[in-house]
Formats: sequence, C-alpha cells, structure tokens
Amino acid sequence: MTATMDDPVLVVDKLTKTFGSRTAYSDVSFSVGRGEVFGFLGPNGAGKTTTVRSLGTLITPTSGKATVAGLALTADNAVEIRKRIAIMTEAPGLYGRLSVTENLKYFVGLYHLSDGEQRIKKALDAVNLTDRAQDICSSLSKGLRQRVGLARTLLNDPEILFLDEPTSGLDPVAARGVHDLITGLRDRGVTIFFTTHRLAEAEALCDRVAILNTTLRTIGRPSELREQLFNRGLVVTTATPLADPARVFTGLPGVEGWEPDPAGGYRLAVSDPAVAAPEVVRALVHAEADVLSVGESRHSLEDVYLELVNEDVEANQR
Amino acid sequence: MSAIRAIQAVRSGRIDSTRVRAVVRKEVTDYRRNRFVLGTMTVLPILFLANPIINIFTAPTNVSHTALDARVGSTMLFLLLVPVILPATIAATSIVNEREQGTLEPVLTTPVRSEELLIGKALAALIPAVTIAYTMLGIFLLMVKLFAHQQVADVTLEGPRILAQVLFIPLLAGWAIWAGLAVSVRANDVRVAQQLGTLASLPPLAITALMAFNVITPSFRVAVLFAVGLLLLDVLAYRLIAPMFDRERLITARRAK
Ligand SMILES: Nc1ncnc2c1ncn2[C@@H]1O[C@H](COP(=O)(O)OP(=O)(O)OP(=O)(O)O)[C@@H](O)[C@H]1O
Ligand SMILES: [Mg+2]
Repeated sequence: MTATMDDPVLVVDKLTKTFGSRTAYSDVSFSVGRGEVFGFLGPNGAGKTTTVRSLGTLITPTSGKATVAGLALTADNAVEIRKRIAIMTEAPGLYGRLSVTENLKYFVGLYHLSDGEQRIKKALDAVNLTDRAQDICSSLSKGLRQRVGLARTLLNDPEILFLDEPTSGLDPVAARGVHDLITGLRDRGVTIFFTTHRLAEAEALCDRVAILNTTLRTIGRPSELREQLFNRGLVVTTATPLADPARVFTGLPGVEGWEPDPAGGYRLAVSDPAVAAPEVVRALVHAEADVLSVGESRHSLEDVYLELVNEDVEANQR
Repeated sequence: MSAIRAIQAVRSGRIDSTRVRAVVRKEVTDYRRNRFVLGTMTVLPILFLANPIINIFTAPTNVSHTALDARVGSTMLFLLLVPVILPATIAATSIVNEREQGTLEPVLTTPVRSEELLIGKALAALIPAVTIAYTMLGIFLLMVKLFAHQQVADVTLEGPRILAQVLFIPLLAGWAIWAGLAVSVRANDVRVAQQLGTLASLPPLAITALMAFNVITPSFRVAVLFAVGLLLLDVLAYRLIAPMFDRERLITARRAK
C-alpha cells in the first residue's frame, strides 16, 4: 500500500449542501491520502454525485471547508483545482457527431495541453479503444462511451481522479479492465475517489471506503468495518441436525454464544476463531455429529452496507 | 461581484486563446455535421438574397429620388436579416443543447473559464454568419452594378449605404449572438430558446430600419455613429452575459421535460 495519510490530498471538513429545503449531504468530514483508492458508497440519492460535484468546483457547498489537491476549495482556486483533478461524470456526455479522437482533442484544447496526440494515444490505449479511435460517438454502445469518458479523464494526468460510477453498465470483462486501470493508476501515485453500487468491486479495490447516506455513516478499511459491525464467528454445518446442540456448544472455551443458522447449521459467536475452532471440532466429534464443515463466518462489505443502510431505513420509519 | 471578476479576466488577458480556439473548432466541426444547421445556413441566405434581387430589378425608375431611395433602403435591410437570425439561432441553442445532451458538465470540469467558453461559442456563430452575409452583399452589389438600371444602381451603390451595410453586418450579428447566448444560458428548453433568441436579436434592426426608410438620412457620419453605438451595445451585452453563466444552475437545475 502506497497511500499515506500524513500527506492527504483531499480533506473535507463538515461540508454540507442543501438545495432549498432538500439536503443533498450534510456535515461530511473525511480525508483521503495521496495514492489512496477511496470508495464512496451509498444508496440512490445519498449525495455521492453532489459531493463529487462540490469537490470538483462545479457546485458551491452551503457550508463547511475542503482542501482539494493542496488548494482550499474556494471560487478563486476553482480553475487551478480543475487543472489538477479530473472527473468522470455520471453520464459520459460525448458529442455524438464527433469521433472519439475529436472528442478527446476538444478536451486536450480545454486543458491547454501540449503533445495532445501522444496523450490521446496513451489514454485510448489505457481503456482499450485504439481501434475505435475514428468511430463517431453516436455509433458507440453504452459501455464503449463509458470508456471514452474514462479516457477523457486521463488526458491531463490528474493528481486526483474522481470517478462517478465508472463501471455502471459495463460487462464483466470491461469492468475488470477498469479495475486494472484503477490499480495501475494507484501504482503511479494517482489518488482515486470513486463511487459505485458494486460492493464487491469496492471491497476488492479500495484501501478505504466511506458509506454515505446524506450523512457519513462510516469510514474505514473494508476489513475494519466488518469487524466493527459484526462479531467474529464460526459456521458449523452438519448433515443432520444435532440432537442437543446446547449440550455440544455451551461452555466450550472461546465460544461466547450460539444460534441455529436459518440456512441450516449453527452460528457461533467466538472471541478468537483459532482457539475456538479446534474445541468445537473435538466437541462435535465427541457428540458423533455428521460434520460437513466448520469455518470462520465471513461478513462481506455488502453485509456492512445493508446493516447500516437498513438501520437508516428503520430509523426513518420510526 | 462576478461581473467585476469577468471584466478583470478580460483586462488582465486571462482569456486563454488556445481554449477559445478549441471551443470554436469543436463547434464548427459539430454543426458542419448537423443537418438542421447546415440546412438553415443554405436555405436562409438563398431566400434572403433572392428577395432583394427581385425587388431591385423590379424597381420602377420613373419615380422620385426619395421613393427610389426608400425602396433601395428597405431592400438592403433584407440583407441584414441573415446575419441576425442565423447566429441568433445558433447561439440560442448552443448552451441549452449541451445541457440536454449532457455534454456541458464534463466541459465544466476542465479549467475552461465561462468567458472562454462564451467567446468561443460566439466566434463560432459569428464567423459563418459574417462570411455568409458578406458573400450575399457582394453578390447583390455585383448583380446591381452589372444588370440593374443605371438610376437604381446609382442609388444602391452610394458610399454611406455600403459602409453602413459593411459595418452593421458584424455588429448586428454580435448583438444577436449575445442575446442568443443570454437566452441559452437561462432557457431550459431548446425550442423555447430558439424562438426567444430570434426575438431578442431583432430590436437593433429596428434602428437600422429608421435609416433604411430614410427617417434618418444615411450619411458617412450617421453610419459610423450608429456603428459605434452598436459596438458599445455589443460590449455591454458581453459584460452582462458572462456573469449570467451560473455553473451550478446549469448543471443541477431541473430541465423541463
Ligand atoms: N438541483 C437539485 N435540486 C434539488 N435537489 C437536488 C438537486 N440535485 C440533487 N438533488 C438531491 O440531492 C440528493 C442527492 O443526490 P445525488 O445525485 O448526489 O445522489 P447520488 O448519491 O449520486 O445518487 P445515485 O446513486 O442515484 O447516483 C437527492 O435527494 C437529489 O434528489
Ligand atoms: Mg450519483
């Protein structure tokens, strides 16, 4: 891991944005280290796109402060900030009558970059679109347009790359291509801030994730979040239900509690799986149970997400 | 506040010509492939050239000088409609169109300044409008010189009249473009923008009409004075429109669908 939090490139401090009476996001604070891949998760309408737009100087936050690529987020710094970052917007927004290359050329001009041809070539190469360079954009499929949009964000070698749902609508192979691209950019020290609804993707790629639901619900490494929210546990499955599970599990060293798993088998809360697992196996063998498996229960980032977001839904219903 | 900032930007030369050129090049490439714009650019000039030519060649010669003068004046007014309506239509749709296609937001994520974007779009509308209008004027004057009745030709080819025409074409186009862009920045719907833009572009034409109908006698002095007035109006319009470009509203405001 190359990211260092001693050198944050993005610092957000109590940022809030309201549209009239509607709050898009509220009191959001976090920071992102240089070279970090940061996942920004949250349900539809959580305020992810609005946050990205605010940090990208496209809209003005109602209150709060932020530093983007070393510059305070103010109207006076907007142009300079935009030079140092790139944003892939939710919709790729290509000019349908222009070719892929012509679209990119326009942006080379808007960024006032030299050696445009070289940059365009490199960007197209990075998203595997070299052979479609001369195609007119209106003739491209949704996924291909998405990749042109991605290529466009690579032109100016940004310090921070904001990607708003970069893999939505992509086929698995193309999505994998984007993942590889993100990893490659991270290795070159680019900071990546991306929103996604694909939790497995966030879990695999991100150094840290934040879950936003108007307010920031949690932030941390995926593994930390799992541990914060869920007790560590063991999952035991047997071919036939145990005659007296309470007698088998109760009082075993390291086992703090147990319950039948609705999906079949048993869930055990344990303090340390390494201590508890051998004890549990011995007890099962002693009880002559037909053991199929004993394993550590794995909570995914999806479980964390659903837990937090459902809490919010329930709180709102109250 | 932002008006002052916009003016300072121009003064201090912070307008980056590379960015402006990029905008112009993109706009021109884009509408050269747009059948609606190309169609308008072809049909409108033909209509508005045919009409004055017919008008001049059917002009009666046995009338007073004043009557002939008025006829020629109103005829040449026709030649000013294209450099007004054409760029007004292009300008009025240029921003609201990009909003509708979703292309505006990515553009605004780049370091481009609002002024650079607006000037680029204005030039992209001005260049074809002025080129077409001067070509029309050239063809018209040539036809008159070669084929019109001597008396009609003498009245038409008066110096002040031609000077006024040459000066007014870019200046009226300039006004029409700023008016069109102002509408485009505020409008939420392409078709409404088109109609409002055309409407907003017409008022200065009324002043030139006074000259055409001899309410004001055309002379070199009057032509130049009017031109200076128009120029001031154009500069004022530019200064008013740059601060109207509100990025946040352009990106987030709900579109009437
Ligand atoms: N211009 C606006 N006026 C009023 N409300 C707005 C405006 N723009 C966004 N909102 C509201 O702000 C909230 C956050 O929207 P945002 O687009 O940031 O969500 P998101 O997290 O990106 O959602 P999604 O996952 O669907 O993309 C929503 O409730 C949205 O309706
Ligand atoms: Mg969004």
